Amino acid sequence: MLHKTKIILAAAITLLSTAAAYAEWKPERPVEFVVASGAGGGTDNFARTIQAIITKHDLMDQPIVVLNKGSGSGAEAFIYAKGNAGDPHKLIFATNNVYLLPHVAKLAYTSQDLEPIAALALDEFLIWVKADSEYKDAKSFIDAAKANPGQVPFGGSQSKDTDETLVALIEQETGADFKYVPFNGGGEVGVQLAGGHVAANVNNPNENLGQWQGGAIRPLCVFSPERMAGGEPVQGDMGWDDIPTCAEAGLPIESYQMPRTVWAPAGLPQDALAFYSDLLKKVTETPEWKEYVAKTSQTGRFLAGAEFKDFIGKSEENALKVFKAEGWLVQ
Amino acid sequence: MENFGLLLDGFQIALTPSHIAIMVVGVLLGLVVGVLPGLGAPNGVSLLIPLTFSMEPVSAIILLASMYWGALFGGSTTSILFNIPGEPSSVATTFDGYPMARDGQATRALTLAFMSAGIGALVGVIVITLLSSWAAEFALRFGAPEYFAVYFLAFCAFIGMGSAAPAKTAVSLLLGLALSSVGMDTITGSLRLTFGISELIGGISFLVVVIGLFGIGEILITIQHGLKFRGVSSRVDLRDVFRTIAELPRYYATLIRSCLVGTWMGITPGGPTAASFMSYGIARQWSRRGKPFGTGRPEGIIAPETADHSAGTCAMLPMLALGVPSSATAAVMMGGLMIWGLTPGPMLFTTKPDFVWGLIASMYVANIVGVILVLATVPMFAALLRIPFAIIGPMIVAVCFVGAYTVSSATFDLWLVLAFGIVGYVFNKLQYPIAPLVLAMVLGHKAENAFHQSMIMSDGSVLVFWSNPLVGSIITLALALVAVPQLVRFATRLRRTEVDEPLVK
Repeated sequence: MLHKTKIILAAAITLLSTAAAYAEWKPERPVEFVVASGAGGGTDNFARTIQAIITKHDLMDQPIVVLNKGSGSGAEAFIYAKGNAGDPHKLIFATNNVYLLPHVAKLAYTSQDLEPIAALALDEFLIWVKADSEYKDAKSFIDAAKANPGQVPFGGSQSKDTDETLVALIEQETGADFKYVPFNGGGEVGVQLAGGHVAANVNNPNENLGQWQGGAIRPLCVFSPERMAGGEPVQGDMGWDDIPTCAEAGLPIESYQMPRTVWAPAGLPQDALAFYSDLLKKVTETPEWKEYVAKTSQTGRFLAGAEFKDFIGKSEENALKVFKAEGWLVQ
Repeated sequence: MENFGLLLDGFQIALTPSHIAIMVVGVLLGLVVGVLPGLGAPNGVSLLIPLTFSMEPVSAIILLASMYWGALFGGSTTSILFNIPGEPSSVATTFDGYPMARDGQATRALTLAFMSAGIGALVGVIVITLLSSWAAEFALRFGAPEYFAVYFLAFCAFIGMGSAAPAKTAVSLLLGLALSSVGMDTITGSLRLTFGISELIGGISFLVVVIGLFGIGEILITIQHGLKFRGVSSRVDLRDVFRTIAELPRYYATLIRSCLVGTWMGITPGGPTAASFMSYGIARQWSRRGKPFGTGRPEGIIAPETADHSAGTCAMLPMLALGVPSSATAAVMMGGLMIWGLTPGPMLFTTKPDFVWGLIASMYVANIVGVILVLATVPMFAALLRIPFAIIGPMIVAVCFVGAYTVSSATFDLWLVLAFGIVGYVFNKLQYPIAPLVLAMVLGHKAENAFHQSMIMSDGSVLVFWSNPLVGSIITLALALVAVPQLVRFATRLRRTEVDEPLVK
């Protein structure tokens, strides 16, 4: 009898406390920001900028701890999330690698192990060539690759990741044939291009900004539906908004963008999800965030909930087509 | 001499009282994180970055860079005292530094290390000052074949004439290469040697292996040799510091050679770790007399330390001028640069001369400040060895495990430390050399990537390594470093049989 009462009492308390928590969920412990890249990379800057904004504007009561788990193209962070299922005190910072990686490598997690919270920005991709190269525009570059199949070296970051996927997409859409050479990261590929060891790369604006300013390399076109936001000229009298879109330049690829995303381990309470989504929304409204987006030449766009899931679905579908054609899929 | 004027402007920025105070604080903080392997320089620097948001960029970079120098000094301290390298680049310092400290000459070992580190760093900064514009251009000439050639050169310089049996060296080297290939391959994107264990996807961390091999391995050997509950009776005297400084000029040849190796490896993308190994290997090849290396030879400390610091300093140049971080710590500092609104790249030198030359001037000052500070702490650190093993032993074990855990906050790494501790013990008992394994782990993966990239570019032709004078001469030099000692040995043997008298009297 006493036993039964205890159980009922316990159940009641649990219910009550859940109800109380439901009213307004708040982190009770320090929140871990798990970054799916090494220190100093694009994803790392993304996470640390958000950390700095939350701390500066006091958007959350609990302190933030940033952890870098970037090995295996970020797989380390996602497997870590799987191991901490249901923990509402861990956020994972990534790109589209969360849902694309399991298709090309046999890993101990699936995209179901992570719950999407929001995307905060879209990073652009451009075709860059050496400043003194013979290619005047995207078309002449593609034609050169068609004339010498397999001879034009195209540098990129990592293997079967966003860069190689884009190069494969260009090949499939135009019939050109490049020699893809993978390097460790965007910075390294930028230097290889400036040194003339590869003919082109598809770096994000931020990864090649320094080299462009220095006049070592120049952009041919950007894989975005519309031209990038303007601003001061970067090199000579050319600014970001002077770069034609690839569609304008005659490359039949409408858009190829990489989302900067935030995830949580699957199974966290709905109200915790709402709390973080709200928090990140507030972050994107601060002047510091706008400055970060402008400085890194990304496109600021906040996606959450169903909208974000739609985006993921489409992006995954497009990538899968490329993977299938290249024979990269793993079972 | 335009650089000279800019440097003088830089000194005006670096030599303000507030900046000198920042350097002292930075070096001391760095020393603390360097000595406690639980923190490490990259973590220490990233902890400090949020504090720098409100500072002027030049003050912020001076703070972070000073902390980096301090951490490098601290890393050598633990290598020498406890055989635990705090930084990958101070592994080679353990080979002779630790035996010398065990001999009761901890003060001498530490002073030699710090002084040669300071000299190496100063030479590095001078090279940066004189060659800044040229060196950045030069680094651009390094494509995949050239990268491979530089790593290959480091391998050959170190392996060239090992003292251990060639077969045992080969076993150790190949084991290291196998370990370095664990995890996700950059070039193919496939997983290798992970056996379905998720923890191995990221590969085996070099630092974890080294902490196990050296730290835990050493403890096991100490225990087997009979537990001595007394500490080493090391003399602790500030006069010893000065006496050691006075003996430094005797090793001028080693110093000059190591500076050359260091600056070369710093400007080319070889990096400080490769530089320290290469310098140690060359010093060993050149030594003719005296007790063998690995038993506490002063040159065995001077060579890696000088090369490590001159390379580490020179490597700041590619970071600023090209935006390529040379180490994990440099990567964190670069992240900081971007947060402060500066873009590393060729334009940084023209658009922000105050920042760049302020930093370069601060490297002169901070290294001198650093050497003075660490020399003052030598007696204190040397006294640590007097503590009985019964107390310090468990502390070292704890430090090893904490240090390994913080590399990537993974419990799996603790098992690795234990496993490699046993490997280190077995290697020692069977007289297998550990150094080739360590070197292969540091450079193996990078060399493999560069080789693979070269092969993709050349469609599989090895001739790409002789495709231009730069790469051709590096590769040829590397091959000569391996071949010449063998030929000399062969010739000596021939002559010996002819004349029938020993060469050495």
